[in-house]
Amino acid sequence: MPEPTAPLLITAGPDVVAAPSAVAELRQRWLRRARRTAVLLPGLCLGISTILSAVDGHSFLHNFVYSMLIASSCMLIVDGMRFALAWLSDRVRNARGLPYVDTPAAAGWRGVIPGALASMVLGPSIGLSIGDWLFGTHTPSMLNLDHPSTRITLAFSIVATVLSVVGMSTAERLAQARAQAQAAQRMAVENQLRLLQSQLEPHMLFNTLANLRVLIGLDPAQAQAMLDRLISFLRNTLNASRQDTHALSAEFAHLDDYLSLMAVRMGSRLSVAFDLPAELSTLQVPPLLLQPLVENAIKHGLEPQVSGGRILVTARGDGKKLTLTVRDTGGGLDTSAQASGRIGASFGLEQVRTRLSTLYGPRGTLTLQPAPDEAGGALATVQLPWPPTQTTQTR
Amino acid sequence: MNPPRALIAEDEPLLAQGLRADLAALWPALQVQAIVGDGLQASAQALALRPDVCFFDIRMPGATGLEAAQALAEDWPDPGSGAPPFPLLVFVTAYDDYALQAFDAQAVDYLVKPVDRTRLAACVARLQARLTDRQGRASTPGGEAGLTSQSLPSANTADLEGTLAQLRALLGATAPGSTAPARLQVIQAQVGNMVHMVPVDDVLYFEAADKYVRVITAEREHLIRASLRELLPQLDPAVFWQVHRGTVVQARLVVTARREESGKVTLTLRGRPDKITASRLYAHLFKGM
Repeated sequence: MPEPTAPLLITAGPDVVAAPSAVAELRQRWLRRARRTAVLLPGLCLGISTILSAVDGHSFLHNFVYSMLIASSCMLIVDGMRFALAWLSDRVRNARGLPYVDTPAAAGWRGVIPGALASMVLGPSIGLSIGDWLFGTHTPSMLNLDHPSTRITLAFSIVATVLSVVGMSTAERLAQARAQAQAAQRMAVENQLRLLQSQLEPHMLFNTLANLRVLIGLDPAQAQAMLDRLISFLRNTLNASRQDTHALSAEFAHLDDYLSLMAVRMGSRLSVAFDLPAELSTLQVPPLLLQPLVENAIKHGLEPQVSGGRILVTARGDGKKLTLTVRDTGGGLDTSAQASGRIGASFGLEQVRTRLSTLYGPRGTLTLQPAPDEAGGALATVQLPWPPTQTTQTR
Repeated sequence: MNPPRALIAEDEPLLAQGLRADLAALWPALQVQAIVGDGLQASAQALALRPDVCFFDIRMPGATGLEAAQALAEDWPDPGSGAPPFPLLVFVTAYDDYALQAFDAQAVDYLVKPVDRTRLAACVARLQARLTDRQGRASTPGGEAGLTSQSLPSANTADLEGTLAQLRALLGATAPGSTAPARLQVIQAQVGNMVHMVPVDDVLYFEAADKYVRVITAEREHLIRASLRELLPQLDPAVFWQVHRGTVVQARLVVTARREESGKVTLTLRGRPDKITASRLYAHLFKGM
């Protein structure tokens, strides 16, 4: 397999703005912890040199400078190797023409390991050499493991490196998880808002109010009935964003409210029929799942027709799956739109598809096709697993 | 002095009734000749009944209120020939920010649903003033030195020209395709189980025909199942010019354009004997440099 071998610990959702390369991702992470590093590194060295001063004969300042030099070398090696690794993985991916994956292994915590190992071996030697050059002294070589000071230095370097690497990557992972959680929450809120906006379409609201205004003068009793429908429609629309499911009978009642309002507006141009078998009426379904389909049937099917038409909403269940259909006798599906692939791209259909796939995976489907009889129009079919609410869901 | 007459085009029956009732209260003299429920009847009935004022809903089946106004402007008889003056247009629309800005910019009369009485009263006052102005010009022969019966047609022509300019701007501003869809390169015309691939560059002109569009090239013509409205945004407007609500022509293949007395323009094309007509809405495209 051409993919990096390390499994991905962190998989960002599609909404997280992905860095275009592993190097860019790494740079983002590095900048995020730069300030913390600037505090932690001297802090760690302060602790180490205090302990060392008590153990060996050197002054505190001497030990602090040396440990800072060693720690900086280690850090440079760790980060340098990480960037080199990330750069290499970008090159390999580009050369093979592979797409960028979120958080490639080289940018994740495993990418630190080679650098950490190298730094344990090389970091102390480099740091000591620079220190010796600065102070004009001679410290025994790191290769001379018999010397006690070498062992102490090595031990401290290893412990410090392991500690800071583990600490750093934990912090990175936490920050990443937090960013993802925030993004997911933001998307959920945005989706809910868009759903609400699409259901409280201003054009529909104002037209309904315009009809109501006229009806108040002509027929107060019917105006009151229409207002009741509107209130019920608005209440259910607002409630839907707070519920995970509601009964199929409630779904049909909501559609009835909506279509009754449309029937007042369209007059004799619209006729409506529902078919909900009694034994299915208590089944729990995602709220307002069919609403966008009925709206489409009105907006694209019947409203453009001079003669109007009929809408039929049905539910069928056989103990294996639940099938819901919305059928209209309107203008049918736009053939040119179908040809150019625009069909199904409308927000309403897209929204139903997204909800079905998050709730039921491949077992929840939506199809839109020309109605199979000579009356014409379109037929939208939603299929849900049986019973539709066994699936655990989060909204 | 004849009572002013109006036509209402509105697909929602209650709203049509409501507008008629409100108008009756605010403008008792106004006689509503007919209420129609779709865009096709709107222009047809307006042509047949010759009202003084037209209230056109924007969103209607058949054709939008704007399209109905376009058809009316294209088919209205020549103002010079003693025909009645072009009706005053009032568009009625529900919430639709974008279109409202266009209407505002063109100073076109429009009403937003739900239509409140105050707004309607202001609209009625404006319409009454404009009708009185028209009748004043018509019924005072020689009242003013310059205003003879000869100048009446020219005043009507000026009225129509003003409305045409407004409509042109509105049609341009509210045309679909501001999202710039992909340009069409080849027309795929199906005949039976054969598909003809017609390069767009070879097309002389497109002509709307009911639910189809005729695609005319120098050699032959094809029928495609589409509407001109869907097709237009996919054509390069610099290359293909709309010259009539039902005709789009490839500009570089037009050989001559001859202005008729009615204000229409007759076009001849390279490689084809057909003559096509540019309506008075698009006649301005063919002016000498």
